[in-house]
Amino acid sequence: MRRRFTAVVPIVAAALLATAACGSDDGDSQAADDGPVALTVATFGEFGYKELYAEYMQLHPNVKITERITKTEDHHKNLAAHLATNTGAADIEALEEGWIGQFTAQPSKFVDLSEFGANDIKAQWPEWKWKVGTSKDGKVIGLGTDAGGMAMCYRSDLFKKAGLPTDRAEVSKLWPTWEQYIETGKKFEAAKVPGAHFFDGPTVMYRSILGQAPVGLYDGDNVVVDSNPDVKKAFDLSAQAVTSGLSARAEAWTPAWNAGFAKGTFATLACPSWMMAYIQTQAKDATGKWDIADVPGGGGNWGGSWLTVPKQGKHTKQAYELAKWLTAPEQEVKVFQKYGNFPSTMTLYGDPAIKDFKNPYFNNAPVGEIFSKSVTTMKPQYLGPKAGDINTQIINGLTRIEQGKQTPDQSWQQVLTDVKALL
Amino acid sequence: MTQLATEERVVPRRGLLHRLDVKGSPYLYIAPFFLLFLGFGVFPLIFTAWVSLHDWSLLSEEHTWIGFGNYTKLFDDPAFWNALWNTVSIWVLSTVPQLLLALVLAHILNQRLRGQTFWRMSALIPNITSVAAVAIIFSQLFGRDYGLINWVIGLFGVDKVDWTANTWSSHVAVSTMIIWRWTGYNALIYLAAMQAVPKELYDSASLDGATSFQQLRKITVPAIRPTIIFTVIISTIGGMQVLAEPLLFGGNGLTGGSDRQFQTLALYLYEVAFGRFDFGYASASSWVMFLIIVIVAAINFGITSRLRRS
Repeated sequence: MRRRFTAVVPIVAAALLATAACGSDDGDSQAADDGPVALTVATFGEFGYKELYAEYMQLHPNVKITERITKTEDHHKNLAAHLATNTGAADIEALEEGWIGQFTAQPSKFVDLSEFGANDIKAQWPEWKWKVGTSKDGKVIGLGTDAGGMAMCYRSDLFKKAGLPTDRAEVSKLWPTWEQYIETGKKFEAAKVPGAHFFDGPTVMYRSILGQAPVGLYDGDNVVVDSNPDVKKAFDLSAQAVTSGLSARAEAWTPAWNAGFAKGTFATLACPSWMMAYIQTQAKDATGKWDIADVPGGGGNWGGSWLTVPKQGKHTKQAYELAKWLTAPEQEVKVFQKYGNFPSTMTLYGDPAIKDFKNPYFNNAPVGEIFSKSVTTMKPQYLGPKAGDINTQIINGLTRIEQGKQTPDQSWQQVLTDVKALL
Repeated sequence: MTQLATEERVVPRRGLLHRLDVKGSPYLYIAPFFLLFLGFGVFPLIFTAWVSLHDWSLLSEEHTWIGFGNYTKLFDDPAFWNALWNTVSIWVLSTVPQLLLALVLAHILNQRLRGQTFWRMSALIPNITSVAAVAIIFSQLFGRDYGLINWVIGLFGVDKVDWTANTWSSHVAVSTMIIWRWTGYNALIYLAAMQAVPKELYDSASLDGATSFQQLRKITVPAIRPTIIFTVIISTIGGMQVLAEPLLFGGNGLTGGSDRQFQTLALYLYEVAFGRFDFGYASASSWVMFLIIVIVAAINFGITSRLRRS
């Protein structure tokens, strides 16, 4: 008797739990195309879409858009978990350049946007931007939003104190190459400006130099960290800048770094276009102190995102329509002028709305012109699925040099071992 | 007589229900816990074991069976041993001072104090603060250039310490956060146990001229020994799973410093699972971590139960 009883209880309770779980079925799975549609858009950082959502909802009264913003890293991790469990993903999910390779390698989780006619608007984007958003077997996974482009941000007030030129054209002439950038840094340090060093730290510099190479960490499917001279060059130059004592030792994206923007603890910082928005929020009171010159070594790219439509969404067609609208040239101009994210839609680069745009915060620097030049002259680079982790190991190596724990040679050897362990 | 007879006839039927009630109901009452435990405890455990035997990427549809491949890889992995060593180091650095401080704090709270409830409630405040907030504030305190702690030691002519850069300094900093969060919590557990110690013992000790510290050592500690053992085991299990403090202390990145100098086991697990999406390998390390916790807890139990007998 007792044995049977104990066996029955869990079954009954389990059945109760199961029926309770069934109670929360969503009613709108059968919604027609023109019926009310609720769309969620999940992004990270600042996409500058808030005003656009309002505009879109006015144009499409049946659509209701909810936005979900998470920190970049968490955003991509959450998405991976949502895709793995086939539940919880937003209708539109943004992907960042450093992560997109991992996701386009699994195209079955996303809607092939060419089914909705995405190929018709292909001409909006430069070839490389389109390619990164496409899977190996030709499925269109993501539509490009912004692009990085490269420039060099500098503090003209600190340059003045150090006796260096402050005009952006003259500053650009100081560093046609990264070697000359380091030489300028030595001059800056020699002037001993109190509380300030020449650059923030090795992370941003390394990523910027690497972003200028035609081939980065991956050559096709192969990781070429140990054999690609351009990776070693990016490492060596950053290490050299550190060992020359130019670094303010403010590790990127830490509170010390954030404080450094406002306090002026570093005089230069390599600037992808999205960095402008970051500087403006960190150093609100420094209007006119920061300025923008050309980046050493010519054009390059760092950053940029895509909008994707996961398959598990209920309204994939409407989600595509929204993504298409958000990435259309007219909308990208609005985002650029308000937030500084540089569009990846090529048709715009000749447009006066972009080309002639000057940013008052950066001493009216012609940012439209600077970044147009940078993006059009850049050599797009393929970022493989593990690019993010490999870069972490390399940046850790540079940090060890900065912390005085290893020489550049020791550090590079350990980087190679650490990278091998990842593969 | 007839009355008695009818009663006797009724008894078997009522008796069955009654027996069912007495014997069965307790199982019904405890069933919810065990069902939840089955669903959220045992099932994930077994599923993790299954995953650990595969090459299992979070994003991929295909999961290849590789047997114990993940485990052999793990035992060859210097990053894993490094994380294990860091975990043990941080655990010792945090648990020992934490429990000693908690004991002293509880002893003080056990005295007749003005505003007793206020002090006792305050002891719990660090514990109810979010761990993220604690970690962020402490990483500011331990900042190299603008940190309060470097400023204070600078007043004594000591050089600035780059807290995140070195192994020992980062372990100290992470341990400080754990101590801050958990001392009050353990103090309250000790306090509850101390309330059960007969007051007369203290009164007569006071009459004999024993100091407060002597009373703590000779009366309180022996009397609450089972509670101390309990807190040691709980802190051990907690200490083996430290994640948020080292994660947030480094500012960014999952590697716990440039040389993994403060990456704990849980943080390494997190890096593998959600940084590289390698769930097979992460599952293997979580199983090894589980076994380590079991072993450490067993050793703990062995030592402490010997202490209890002595």
